[in-house]
Amino acid sequence: MTQRRLFGDELGQRLDEVLFASHSHRSAARIAEGLEELSRDRQERVLHWASVAAGTYAEIGYQIATLAPRAFALLDDAGFDAWALAGLDAFDRQGGRAAMELLRDIDGFRATRSGALPVAKFSEVEARLSRFIQGLSGRPLSLSADQEAGAAAWTDSETIHLPARLSSLPHTEANRSLYKVLAVILWAQTRFGTFGSARIDLAAALAPWRETADHARALRWLAVLEAVRLEAKIAVDLPGLAAEIAAMRGPWPALLEPAVARLSRPAASLADTLAVLSECMAGSEDAPLLPHQVKIDPAAALRVRDARVARDKQVLSRAINALKGSAGRPGPRDETMAQLAADSAAAEVSLAAAALALALPPEARAAAQSLLQDLGEVPPECLVPAGPGAWQATERVVDMAGGEGMSGQREPDRRYDEWDYRRKAYRKDWCHLYETEVAPGDADYVGEVKRRHAGLIRQIRRRFETLRGEDRILGRQPEGEELDLDAVVDAIADLNCGIESSVRLFRRRIRNERSLAAMFMVDMSGSTKGWVNDAEREALVMLCEALESLGDAYAIYGFSGWTRTRSDIYRIKRFDEAYDETVQARIAAVAAKDYTRMGVATRHLTQLLLRQPARHRLLVTLSDGRPDDYGDEYRGHYGIEDTRRALQEARQRGVRSYCITIDRHGPDYLAHMYGASHYTVLDDVKKLPLKIADIYRRLVS
Amino acid sequence: MKIETLSPQLATIAAEPYYQAIGDETALFEAAYAQRLPVLLKGPTGCGKTRFVEYMAWRLKRPLVTVACHDDLTTADLVGRYLIVGNQTTWVDGPLTAAVRAGAICYLDEVVEARKDTIVVIHPLADARRMLAVDKRGEMVMAPDSFMLVVSYNPGYQSVLKEIKPSTRQRFVAVDFDYPEAAVEAGIVATEGKVDADTARRLVKLGELTRNLKGAGLDEGASTRLLVHAAQLIGSGIAAHAACTAAVARALSDDPDMNGTLDDLVRAVF
Repeated sequence: MTQRRLFGDELGQRLDEVLFASHSHRSAARIAEGLEELSRDRQERVLHWASVAAGTYAEIGYQIATLAPRAFALLDDAGFDAWALAGLDAFDRQGGRAAMELLRDIDGFRATRSGALPVAKFSEVEARLSRFIQGLSGRPLSLSADQEAGAAAWTDSETIHLPARLSSLPHTEANRSLYKVLAVILWAQTRFGTFGSARIDLAAALAPWRETADHARALRWLAVLEAVRLEAKIAVDLPGLAAEIAAMRGPWPALLEPAVARLSRPAASLADTLAVLSECMAGSEDAPLLPHQVKIDPAAALRVRDARVARDKQVLSRAINALKGSAGRPGPRDETMAQLAADSAAAEVSLAAAALALALPPEARAAAQSLLQDLGEVPPECLVPAGPGAWQATERVVDMAGGEGMSGQREPDRRYDEWDYRRKAYRKDWCHLYETEVAPGDADYVGEVKRRHAGLIRQIRRRFETLRGEDRILGRQPEGEELDLDAVVDAIADLNCGIESSVRLFRRRIRNERSLAAMFMVDMSGSTKGWVNDAEREALVMLCEALESLGDAYAIYGFSGWTRTRSDIYRIKRFDEAYDETVQARIAAVAAKDYTRMGVATRHLTQLLLRQPARHRLLVTLSDGRPDDYGDEYRGHYGIEDTRRALQEARQRGVRSYCITIDRHGPDYLAHMYGASHYTVLDDVKKLPLKIADIYRRLVS
Repeated sequence: MKIETLSPQLATIAAEPYYQAIGDETALFEAAYAQRLPVLLKGPTGCGKTRFVEYMAWRLKRPLVTVACHDDLTTADLVGRYLIVGNQTTWVDGPLTAAVRAGAICYLDEVVEARKDTIVVIHPLADARRMLAVDKRGEMVMAPDSFMLVVSYNPGYQSVLKEIKPSTRQRFVAVDFDYPEAAVEAGIVATEGKVDADTARRLVKLGELTRNLKGAGLDEGASTRLLVHAAQLIGSGIAAHAACTAAVARALSDDPDMNGTLDDLVRAVF
């Protein structure tokens, strides 16, 4: 005879009897809720095993009852029995911690019973996860997979390291969510100050245990306590995400409850965590294992963070220096600086806000933002100019480097001015430009790429041909294929009012005249070596296919360089060259060279583009990073300002520019250089060949 | 022979449209109106440009004529044309002419979409001459003081072929629009979408998260308008997830990968 299911309150009562006799502060209501859906048979089974286990160790009984709904989703009745028994066995042999681990790993248990593991792979979730984290995060964090078996998830505050495979949860889908939860916890560590701030020194706080056997235990506790605190932080703005995390971890282990009570407040800070940590370490318990366990490596994180803080501080100080005026003369902004410095002791928050509101270049603003996240404030010393001459010093070094070693070269083909934003003036004939042809490479390369992407190329061609074939109908023409009805009506109307009627009464179909010349400027700097370069070359093949279908005039040039005395432009395809075997062999030979002095390359290619008779002229840059050159000078603000200037010059002469980059930091400076919507950042270099034709199509249609 | 002339009757806006001022745009607009200067509104889609114009038309008690520009818009579409009705020739004023005659506010939405040769017709209206040439009738319509020209465009468009010419843009007082800061935007979403403050705050958070993806797979983040749409759906009983997916995520992207990410963001906030 089948019995009716037990209701939640009945279950709760019975669970209370078997489990919580000694834990009066805990309620069984939540567990009971999970069991309500099970059949009576299964409910009885759970109660049986929970009471058996509780007889040995209450926590295991609690765990079995909590996990039962998930276990029944994966296991049949016999499997459930075996699972509960295995948990008790593990307790007998290895203790409570091992038992908890085994019980939580229902999935692993099932796998050992049946064979296969529901594995989620990092490579499957990477793209989606990385965009998700970018959506959440104020500054770029990269994701990386750790191939080692049993690798932990951790972050050095710039890269989130995740295991290459996860299989601890029962379903592949659940393991994919686990990836997300881990990444979010690690993001939250960098966002909500797990690695300390200007006022809390994490390394100092952990010092008491550093040289002791307890160090690893302290770090385990820290990770678990922070997981509690961060979840509350996440819940403030992202309640859905917090709920997902909560669902994944299940109820907090009993051991954590006092900590949960103190840390699950949005206002809790690392200081609170550290206070709880000391108490936990005073006891002998080890930290409980969480399903979304991450590791904290303070040494690595602090190293990376300190380097970043130093870099950001430098960027910010320099920017403020530059505002002050390059010669060190007191400028009108001095009062602002003094004011800022004076305010700094009083109110960091308003100070930070003021620093951000200052007319800082975007790079410095990003640095200030990043400092705010790392330290909780912008350190006052950044706001005090470091004194005159800081720029000059690096400048001289570069001049020397640039002057030597190149003297034996031939005369440059052209010399170009370069913009020095600190002087607010051009340096005359500063850059020496050499134009050379790329020596042809593997003649078969293009054919091979075409074979590999045959489907995509067919698709591109078809799409671009329709773009080209877009006819336009011109109304009110003196002659044409058919009558223009509007014009005829007008003419009759005119006649009726006694006005002389027009003779333009026809419609004529014309080929859409595009009259567009596109120049592609390809980054051949050293940093493109490897897959970036491969992607660039493949992208060029796709582009040529698209443009050949479209019929737009186009040219392709590569650029690189080594100091101002040797800026190289590599010819790949001139406007008047056909896309023939020579050009194809040159595409194959596009290789990574030296640095990225972008301003001079932009100026030269603009010159070439201006010689084209087209109505619209477009300069498209394919790049993998910000302007950069040997030495310190061009890197950073100077290079960005020079490139921006070069692009402005181009614009004034009717050349529109656009940038396609794979630099995740691109938005920090590209909007400043190219204009708000004149760039695209690809999150994955492999997508460049697939996307480039589409990007071009969007640009010109 | 007498030719009949039809000009649309224009009415002022009766009820006050909801508009939350963000900066000094209201004062700027009123000053421009008083000085008879045309105004150019720049900003991303769905940040409140059109609503602002409606609000100002109501405030200044002028009728509003809105023309959505497109690339087949001809001069006649703006100025007017002769029609033959029965055996009679009738002149019908276009929206621009009607607005000039009535001393209304004429709003050309997304002006970059219009053909360049069409846009030239507004030049004499947009400078000190303040007149409209109706070539067909050999008529010069002088704009009364109460007439005002307003155009808008979205600088986020990427096509190089769609940019506003300097000779056009330099006739206008330009006002920048952007998505308001979080607290203000939440207020707008709550009022317009008729949802509680907490839902509005979450929607604005979602907007912020999607805007972080601009340039990294999305051309634009979610506009205030999209957030209001989502709020309206929620207000009429649709579950928050479904409402955000339909009104925000799917409206932003067709790419399955990107949609996956957007769904994750929706689930993170709700």
